[in-house]
Amino acid sequence: MDFTFTEEQQMMAGAFRELAADICSPEHLRAVYDGTDIQGEARWARLADMGLFGVLAPESAGGMGLGDADFVLLAEEAGRAALPEPLVEQAGVAVPALRELAILPQVASLLPRLASGEARIAVVHPYNPFANVPPAVTHWLACDAQAVYLLEAGSVETVAEPSVDAGRRLSRPAALAQGAAPLLTDVAAREMGERLLNRGALHTAAQCLGVAERMLAISVDYAKERHQFGKPIGSYQAIKHHLASVAVKLEFARAVVYAAVAHVVDLGPRALASVSHAKLAAADAADLAARTAIQVHGAMGYSWEVDLHFYMKRAWALGGAWGDHSFHARRIQTLVCGEAFPLGPDQTFERTAQGIHR
Amino acid sequence: MALELQFTPEQQRFRAEVRAWMQAHVPAAPLKTLESEAGFAQHREWERTLSSGNWGMITWPKEYGGRGANLIDWLIFEEEYYRANAPLRVNQNGIFLLGPTLMEFGTPEQKARFLPRMASGAEIWAQGWSEPQSGSDLAAVRATATRDGDHYVLKGHKIWSSRAAFADWCFCMFRTEAGSERHRGLSFVLVPLRHPGVRVRGIRQIHGEPGFAEIFFEEARVPVANRLGDEGAGWHIAMATAGFERGLMLRSPARFQVAAHKLVQLWRSHAHTADPALAGRVAQSWMDAQAYALNTYRTASRLMAGGTIGVEASLNKIFWSELDLELHRAGMNLLGARAELMAAAPDCADPSWLEGFMFSLAGPIYAGTNEIQRNLIAERLLGLPRG
Repeated sequence: MDFTFTEEQQMMAGAFRELAADICSPEHLRAVYDGTDIQGEARWARLADMGLFGVLAPESAGGMGLGDADFVLLAEEAGRAALPEPLVEQAGVAVPALRELAILPQVASLLPRLASGEARIAVVHPYNPFANVPPAVTHWLACDAQAVYLLEAGSVETVAEPSVDAGRRLSRPAALAQGAAPLLTDVAAREMGERLLNRGALHTAAQCLGVAERMLAISVDYAKERHQFGKPIGSYQAIKHHLASVAVKLEFARAVVYAAVAHVVDLGPRALASVSHAKLAAADAADLAARTAIQVHGAMGYSWEVDLHFYMKRAWALGGAWGDHSFHARRIQTLVCGEAFPLGPDQTFERTAQGIHR
Repeated sequence: MALELQFTPEQQRFRAEVRAWMQAHVPAAPLKTLESEAGFAQHREWERTLSSGNWGMITWPKEYGGRGANLIDWLIFEEEYYRANAPLRVNQNGIFLLGPTLMEFGTPEQKARFLPRMASGAEIWAQGWSEPQSGSDLAAVRATATRDGDHYVLKGHKIWSSRAAFADWCFCMFRTEAGSERHRGLSFVLVPLRHPGVRVRGIRQIHGEPGFAEIFFEEARVPVANRLGDEGAGWHIAMATAGFERGLMLRSPARFQVAAHKLVQLWRSHAHTADPALAGRVAQSWMDAQAYALNTYRTASRLMAGGTIGVEASLNKIFWSELDLELHRAGMNLLGARAELMAAAPDCADPSWLEGFMFSLAGPIYAGTNEIQRNLIAERLLGLPRG
């Protein structure tokens, strides 16, 4: 029993945080929002140089061969930076799903290209209907209730769905894979769909932690600087208590997200509850951080000129991605209130694999 | 190895050992409330039983009546303890608060004198900090301890001391420097409660039993050797105790996990008539209890790897006290018209919901109100300026 991250994992996250501060500062995000960003390709190249797209790819495909526990802190950093590139979807969701299908030739040839960042993939799922599409997308991984498709981007007709978060370039297929041969069907497709949802929700939760912490930090800085009635507003208890409540919510979401990593490949009721809990807890923390941040900033927080809105919008967006509040809340209600797995204090870390829960 | 979230075979063996002992020893019938004289005596007896199995406080060194167990083992012990529905710990002020403070600040003589009898339940402790004019503003202490040779002469009035109506000893803060103000000039003194010049008067709590007491010191004399730490260092030591109080041990997660499981079962027996929105609150209570457990294991791992717990303790205190209150409010809502029924009522299904609800109301108040905790988080964790 050890609930800590290794020094290597923390160092990798720290290195990515430094890189993100360099290539994805609020000034860069401002350019993205104003439509004047010319750094997109350079950012993608820097992420690729650091090997981030291949963290979960096998070493035989040029990746690092690591696991979800190694990726979760990176997803957190992507959230903290409100990174415009869909690193998490490609490296944290698509690559580990395709890794399991590496015996298929079209997957085997694609994996090294995804790991290097040369190929760029969008992921669309019934619970993530609007894909966060990388610039110069080359492939789509698409699934519905019956089948999973791996498609060349040229063959997919798409409909753009502009998001309030300009850092998310959303699209959906106009029609899913008309006439294309599915990669998987039936049970195999449903299992892959569930695993995509597990990883999508888990790493979205991790991003929520990061963006919540970023908004808390911005708000604390502002509360120290901004003076009213002759004192910093952060010296008043009304402000202090709001921000302290965010710190509490964030602290207790963190362990839930990290614990869900252990369940992410399992599809039993306990695993699904663990993943839904992670998404709900982290999205709630991000939501509270966003609501608190704008209130602490006052009218400044409502303005386009102050950086806060980049992160606030990311929090709103992540709240509905990879299973929205209603989906995860209903799922965990059904599982917990129906005692779909044993509850009680000796059950905290149980990991009974029980196959797909229906 | 990172995020290794599984128990080792030794930890599983330890769990089985605790489970077997609890099955053999936990009283079949619930004890009377420890806020009553008869119930207090029953709980004291239970502490003796626990101690006979060497379970009094397993994280302490063997020489003080412990097992030298680590924090993960302690959490496993607590899970089995609450799972077995074992009685509340009447000496929690001793084992969870004063015990660790004595380990850090006590002389070898003080440790040898007090710790073994604390672990065995032979001496039950109360806490004497609050005064009529010193509640959240703890540094406003007025009670004095005046040096007279190798004794202190104690004068003053402490209040809201949990367990003090029936306890044997009390750890208190006194002003030892005449004319000193605020945090300076305070000392941490251990005082016997059945002692000339010490008068204890129980105060009935909202449930009607004397769960706390006020203590009058009327020129009581205690040896200077009963002072913990240096003269004038009382505030520093009390803050360490307060950290233990809010920290890892006072409210172990298992307590809330058992309560959340009970809430799920209560929901299942009312699901056909209950407001469907209550299902969300039931699930939220389970999630919060689970989150508290996970975070406690995370903190324990951090501490075992050499980390420390400081103001993070305030995050804990807010989280468990608010979750406990919400959990019991959901239970009361599910019980509906029967929620108000006392144990004596023929239609009372389970009096523990009403009792637990009333107790949960105290959570955001004792051990430093949640408003004080939020100030501490804002100032010491987030770095906001003092008001």
